[in-house]
Amino acid sequence: MTDVLANSAGSRVIDVTSDAARARIKARYRAEGRFRAYGLVAVGFAALFLVFLLADIVIKALPAFTSYNLVLDVPVTAETIDPKGTRDPAEFGQAGDFTKAVRDALSLVVPSMSDRNSRRILYGAVSSGGSDELRRRVMADPTLIGKTVSVPVLVTDEADLYYKGLVTSKTTHSGVGIATPSATTGAVTIFSTSNAFAEDVQVLKQTLRRMGDEALRDAGRASLALKSVEADRRHAIEQAAAAKASGDAGRIATTEGQLAKIEADVATLGRRVAELTATGNGLIKRFEQTGALETLDTAMPSLLLRINGGIVRANSLGNDRIEGEVLVPLASTADAAAGTWSREILATPESNRKLQDKQVAVLEVLRDKGVVQSAFNTRFFSGGDSREPELAGILGALVGSALTMLVTLVICLPLGVGAAVYLEEFAPKNKMTEIIEVNINNLAAVPSIVFGLLGLAVFLNAFALPRSAPLVGGLVLALLVLPTIIIASRAALKAVPPSIREAALGIGASKQQAVFHHVLPLAMPGIMTGTIIGMAHALGETAPLLMIGMIAFIVDVPTSVVEAATVLPVQVFLWADLPEIAFQAKTAAAILVLLGFLFVMNGLAIVVRKRFERRW
Amino acid sequence: MKINSVLGAVAAFGLAASALAGTALAQSREQIRFVGSSTVYPFTTAVAEQFGKGGKFKTPVVESTGTGGGLKLFCAGVGVAHPDGANASRRIKASEFDDCQKNGVKDIVELKVGFDGIVVANSKKGPDLNINQTQLFLALAKQVPGPDGKLIANPYKSWNQIDASLPNEPIEVLGPPPTSGTRDAFLELVMEPGALKVPALAELRKADSKAFDVVWKSLREDGGYIDAGENDNLIVQKLESNPKAFGIFGYSFLEENTAKIKGATVAGQQPTFELIASGKYPVSRPLFVYLKKQHVGVIPGMKEFAAEYTSDKAMGEDGYLADKGLIPLPKDQRATVGKVAAEMSVIGKEGL
Repeated sequence: MTDVLANSAGSRVIDVTSDAARARIKARYRAEGRFRAYGLVAVGFAALFLVFLLADIVIKALPAFTSYNLVLDVPVTAETIDPKGTRDPAEFGQAGDFTKAVRDALSLVVPSMSDRNSRRILYGAVSSGGSDELRRRVMADPTLIGKTVSVPVLVTDEADLYYKGLVTSKTTHSGVGIATPSATTGAVTIFSTSNAFAEDVQVLKQTLRRMGDEALRDAGRASLALKSVEADRRHAIEQAAAAKASGDAGRIATTEGQLAKIEADVATLGRRVAELTATGNGLIKRFEQTGALETLDTAMPSLLLRINGGIVRANSLGNDRIEGEVLVPLASTADAAAGTWSREILATPESNRKLQDKQVAVLEVLRDKGVVQSAFNTRFFSGGDSREPELAGILGALVGSALTMLVTLVICLPLGVGAAVYLEEFAPKNKMTEIIEVNINNLAAVPSIVFGLLGLAVFLNAFALPRSAPLVGGLVLALLVLPTIIIASRAALKAVPPSIREAALGIGASKQQAVFHHVLPLAMPGIMTGTIIGMAHALGETAPLLMIGMIAFIVDVPTSVVEAATVLPVQVFLWADLPEIAFQAKTAAAILVLLGFLFVMNGLAIVVRKRFERRW
Repeated sequence: MKINSVLGAVAAFGLAASALAGTALAQSREQIRFVGSSTVYPFTTAVAEQFGKGGKFKTPVVESTGTGGGLKLFCAGVGVAHPDGANASRRIKASEFDDCQKNGVKDIVELKVGFDGIVVANSKKGPDLNINQTQLFLALAKQVPGPDGKLIANPYKSWNQIDASLPNEPIEVLGPPPTSGTRDAFLELVMEPGALKVPALAELRKADSKAFDVVWKSLREDGGYIDAGENDNLIVQKLESNPKAFGIFGYSFLEENTAKIKGATVAGQQPTFELIASGKYPVSRPLFVYLKKQHVGVIPGMKEFAAEYTSDKAMGEDGYLADKGLIPLPKDQRATVGKVAAEMSVIGKEGL
């Protein structure tokens, strides 16, 4: 707090104790405080979005990490599995009917479902790869033939989603009073002693009433529209008459055209009002009538009854009875006491789901038998791609990505660092090197798809390298990240103090020794940082790979850099585009694997960088 | 010095890798390679997987490149460097056929594998839509004839301005981008017949067919029609969050998402499996697979793959492709295609 007093030289007087000065200082502090707050808010926002994004992906991916299996005791009989009796895995692995073995085991679990149609539905719960585990075990140990093996059998994607509760929500009510079924199969009526279905009837009636009211409301709206169109019609008729009177042919045609359209609109609307009114009145009538049975249709929630070990679907219901069809045969027509039977309501109507009531009933019975188990989905991490969501795995893409990244690194690191060292330390400064520099800087900004086109023209067409191979993918991505690495490496070399070079030269090192023994190790952390950025960029690229055929369906996990492969981001892209619902969870899981791969790769690079780090 | 040894190792590895690549050049190919349409991709991949499970042959590799790009690669030449088959969501064009002939791809086998319906759908929460091609044309075209028959920029902002029976909602349709085969099919199956039923445009076609083509091929760009990208799942998600919007995409996405969305009735027909299969639903297109006969015997499994694709187990009414959303061909056509696959009969240029 010193005052600079005016002196003879006439310099300014700066007063820091006056009120104005204090106010200025306060304002400066406030400005600084505001700036800090902005920064915090910005960082907070970024963190919030990141958390939101990650949470979203993780939540969506969770269903993909578990899968439901039926744990079945499969009798491995010689005639189905090893018909030739060779006991040679290579032989019976091909000839054995493992699917049949699994199906027979399933029939043993639900013996009551014996007719062809219900069997088809029962077998439909098992994935097409359901017998793979059995095959694997028997091939690994042929002595199992003739024994009974307890083995997990994978269910289809639809069944898997149902068990995870993603198909429909379900509410279960314990049955009130005694229920008596009239039959064990086919069409059945179930009588109840105490109006057990009154509640369902109420719900159904309310639904009918709501639908009826909606239809009548729509009819009211349509008749209002009709009135306004009729007003338009009167106007159009006047217009047409006026046009006729004027005798102008063009006007006559125009007005008549308009009139015709309005007439058509009046007709359509009139029809619509009539239709809606009829529908609405019909529904209201159904709501008001009492005593008669009320029909359920597929656009309403399904009502299933579990009684005497079977499952019945209600097709029509009254307060004291339902009429329906048996989905899973009942054990007997005995009276079921209160509490031993139950009503289940599936909220999603049958017409709105792929899984029909009959299939739901089968899945429920299997769950009752205690054979359904959830397990960690190892298949996702140990298999290649598949068109069946429950069989699709990420390993093929993971290995493909690893091989591609390896090729990229092996090519672009030595090339990039070599080029940077030469340009920075040895190259003469002339027109030629300037042109090269400008080109490298421009290359860094070229859209990635262009590198794909280059790869197609050079590596595939000129060098005839194989399509879809990680080798070509790696080469293309190496070209893509080369400019990034060169620029970063040159910056790192520039940052090494000249004293280091001079000292090395001063004690008699050659230029090359000075660069390789002294400068390069000190520049290594910067070079590694550039490499990490470049490799992360390369890992996430899909566009250039499209051109060289890496956007492909590949089942086999690649074992070398010249086999067909796909990479993680491409796998995400391909799965995101498939219609099956179960692939959506797989897509999110694949994104998580991609992020994991990125963390591991960067982690390794950071470890390497730390080893080279030097402080001065 | 440490750094030298690192660089040396890396260089040695690079040399080894390039040597490996050198040996790869001389290899022949063991597996069938397919390129082409992203619409047919889900079906050909399913067949490829089943074919590979048979264990006799390696699983074919199927690339998703789009119909045009795929046929370009397919027609580039004969030999192991070129794909053996192409998926197409439309028939091969005469120009593509010529390109094939020019490059020595003389014998092309054409398999019609099924149909794909294109649906106009919206959220279950939204209004029902019962519409015909002309109304769709008027809703989505960039230019429509005004009251005096002259072309004007599309004036319709809401559906009921076109026809009073349509919902009183703003026109907002999410659909595929210009690069998509689905969009081409939608233009040909909806916009063109729709435009032809407008008297002023029928006149225009007689007078100047080029100008008429421009009219039905141009979709509006004022927000009534929105390019939603190639990913149909994204369109489904957007429809869910916006009940007023409609979307245009392939039938299999409607089938998988019946819990959330419903298909509009087009020309009095609902987009159901049965109505598309019987050809009653107007907006459906055939899907094709093309094979090179010259590769039979060169690449193992070509004939067997064609047989697998056209078998009832795959293409039939209860086949595994129907589960994936492919609409099967009628029975007599299936028999014909099966015969084509068995004999590997080639197509000529007539009728393309």
